[in-house]
Amino acid sequence: MSDYKDLKLTVASSPHVNSPVNTRSLMLDLIIALVPALCVGTYFFGPRALVLTLVSVVGCMFFEWLYNAIMKKPQTLGDLSAVITGILLAFVCPVALPYWTILIGDFFAIVLTKTLFGGLGKNFLNPALAGRAFLMLSYASFMSTWVKPGISNWMDLGAGVADAVTGATPLANLHTGALPKVELVDVLVGNVGGCIGEVSAIALICGGIYLVIRGVINIRIPATYIGTVAILTLIFPQGNPNVTWMLYQLCSGGLMLGAFFMATDYVTSPCTPKGEIIYGVGCGLLTVFIRYFGGFPEGVSYAILVMNLFVPIIEKYTHPSRFGLTKAAAKAAKAAAKKGGAEV
Amino acid sequence: MLYKFFGGVHPAEHKDLTEHKATAPLAQAPAQVVIPMSMHIGAPCKPVVAVGDQVKVGQLIGETTGLGAPIHASVSGKVTAVEPRPFGNGGSMMSVVIENDFQDTPDPSIKHRDNVDALTGAEIIEIVKNAGITGMGGAGFPTHVKLSGAVGKVDTLILNGAECEPYITSDHRLMLERGEAVIGGARLLAKAVGLKEATIGIELNKPDAIEHLKSIAGGDVHIEGLKTRYPQGAEKQLIQMITGRQVPPGKLPADVQCLVCNVATAAAVWDAVTEGKPLTQRGVTLTGGALTEPMNVIVPVGTPVKDLIDAAGGFKADPDRILYGGPMMGNPIYDLDVTMMKSTNCILCLTKAEVAEQDPAQTCIRCGKCVEVCPMKLTPLFMRMNTNKRRWAEVEALNVMDCIECGSCNYICPARLPLVQSFRTAKFAIRDEAAKAKAKAEKEAANA
Repeated sequence: MSDYKDLKLTVASSPHVNSPVNTRSLMLDLIIALVPALCVGTYFFGPRALVLTLVSVVGCMFFEWLYNAIMKKPQTLGDLSAVITGILLAFVCPVALPYWTILIGDFFAIVLTKTLFGGLGKNFLNPALAGRAFLMLSYASFMSTWVKPGISNWMDLGAGVADAVTGATPLANLHTGALPKVELVDVLVGNVGGCIGEVSAIALICGGIYLVIRGVINIRIPATYIGTVAILTLIFPQGNPNVTWMLYQLCSGGLMLGAFFMATDYVTSPCTPKGEIIYGVGCGLLTVFIRYFGGFPEGVSYAILVMNLFVPIIEKYTHPSRFGLTKAAAKAAKAAAKKGGAEV
Repeated sequence: MLYKFFGGVHPAEHKDLTEHKATAPLAQAPAQVVIPMSMHIGAPCKPVVAVGDQVKVGQLIGETTGLGAPIHASVSGKVTAVEPRPFGNGGSMMSVVIENDFQDTPDPSIKHRDNVDALTGAEIIEIVKNAGITGMGGAGFPTHVKLSGAVGKVDTLILNGAECEPYITSDHRLMLERGEAVIGGARLLAKAVGLKEATIGIELNKPDAIEHLKSIAGGDVHIEGLKTRYPQGAEKQLIQMITGRQVPPGKLPADVQCLVCNVATAAAVWDAVTEGKPLTQRGVTLTGGALTEPMNVIVPVGTPVKDLIDAAGGFKADPDRILYGGPMMGNPIYDLDVTMMKSTNCILCLTKAEVAEQDPAQTCIRCGKCVEVCPMKLTPLFMRMNTNKRRWAEVEALNVMDCIECGSCNYICPARLPLVQSFRTAKFAIRDEAAKAKAKAEKEAANA
């Protein structure tokens, strides 16, 4: 028998247990989901693709560390979000991009877009896409130097942009209103010119499915985004047959990368279920508009950036309807009243 | 036909610690019991015994002073103190302390009743009232008040056997071992409010209980297996699951023609009606990684928690938290002198490794998982944001008052933010401000 007076007991608010999933494990799952696309990118564009991605990751981590150190804030590298920004920024750049250029992009993405607004959770633009937009404005020629895929075209690690063997991307063809000269299967696996991480639709879809199964993202944003693009390009084809045109549109450029990995960014997408659907449809509409009518062949990154800006207003008007006052509730109440009335 | 409730989570169940252990009487009866005069929602009871009195099991020791349920002695013996004692819900509470004489002499009022079928609904409610029965699932609302309020208004009686909290198995064992009492109690409750049928909702993680009750229930008591999902056993969610109806904000189950009682309450009603026994003991799960021998036991109300820890073999590891109830909604105990109450279904002793620390320092990454899992369709992340900025009007506009504090959002939060705690803060502040505003208005009216 004991009186148990020497126990050190914690008194805290319930609940006392948590799901094993935390911010870090979510981010780790995202990194795992990006690995297939990185492997395919490295296979088609050579080791320089891998090195450029690593440089970008290190750059992002360095800038985040430096900012926190200078501003005397707690270090936040452990949440792994800087790693993801680094990978994603490299994924939306061509393999021939000079290393110093991507570091500038990293600085813009991490410091100007994220940490200055208060760090993870506070930024209103997707850091990687903001970094890409900045590089597009500042180094347009670098950002549109498309290396041909395949081992014979691999660039040396130290080679410059001028050494690249270039070719057209499927998107450039699509932009002129013609079906690309490459086979659809090449577009699907990634044997085409383009950014490092966006070329392989298959690898990105595999990563996306992994994320959905693991519960990291839900299917609403990718499904509505890709679905909207599919429907629009099917109804308004610029090449024949329309199904082929649609498939090229879906698998080319950054759509799969954008739909599964960029538009689903927690921080910059709505967190209400209805809002996610509106946001996904909006991304899809803007992507097709830019591809069809814009000056650039690619519309995914700007579509997502523009929709990022709409997030607060979308959220404001898409709060879930209150429990007990939903349409289903009204229907059930009516049915119950009717049942009661019949008995009485 | 079953409906669905919104959101929800599925925490690790940990029910295997006790679910196959039959409910046993306490090996060593407590040497003394400390019975608090408030084990229900409402006003505390007034003690009707004095120091030195001899009491018998089932003798009235506290009578109601308003909304409430009477309280009876749970052991026989001598009253040694009537004074405030440490209380499980915080602070201290007027309590009757009885020195156990280990004779278990029953009060003469406890008599077997033969003519059960002849009882009218009103008579059943009167018996329930005198037996001091309160909701045994947690909140402890006086059952007779609930029943009187439901007479003629409800068309559905639901018995809650969901037991959706992790670790707890006391209702599970009750349904297995005393199925007849649960079914019989269900019929009595139905009769009390003028119904002919009842539905018992049980989570599918208790297939043996579902099967057993199905085998003994007649055509008038329906057993529904419910997909295991927390907070299935929350009243509003259970009603939604079984009838599709949603209790509107600020309303009661009776407003959607439903009455919900716990299965343990039903069994207590059965005992009160057939055996004349007031509610003086109940089944409780003693469990958690810190206990040497997790078990289910029948315990007299008022037994000190430390006696229960002894009964379970003491601690095999240092407990970090000891809770009344389960890990999702349980209240922490800070002094083991506090006692078992009528609504205590579990004493949970968690080790540091079983507990997840919350971390207010992390930042919300806006993942939206809290919105997804909220069974009340709230937006916890926005509620927290406004609470942190002390914008009470905004939090109220986000319907924080609808929050049932089930903890689903808090459980799922990858940033480990203490969401429920901030909603409790906000609710308190909103009530406080409303009371202040009312007092001010009254004062001005008086001065005018």
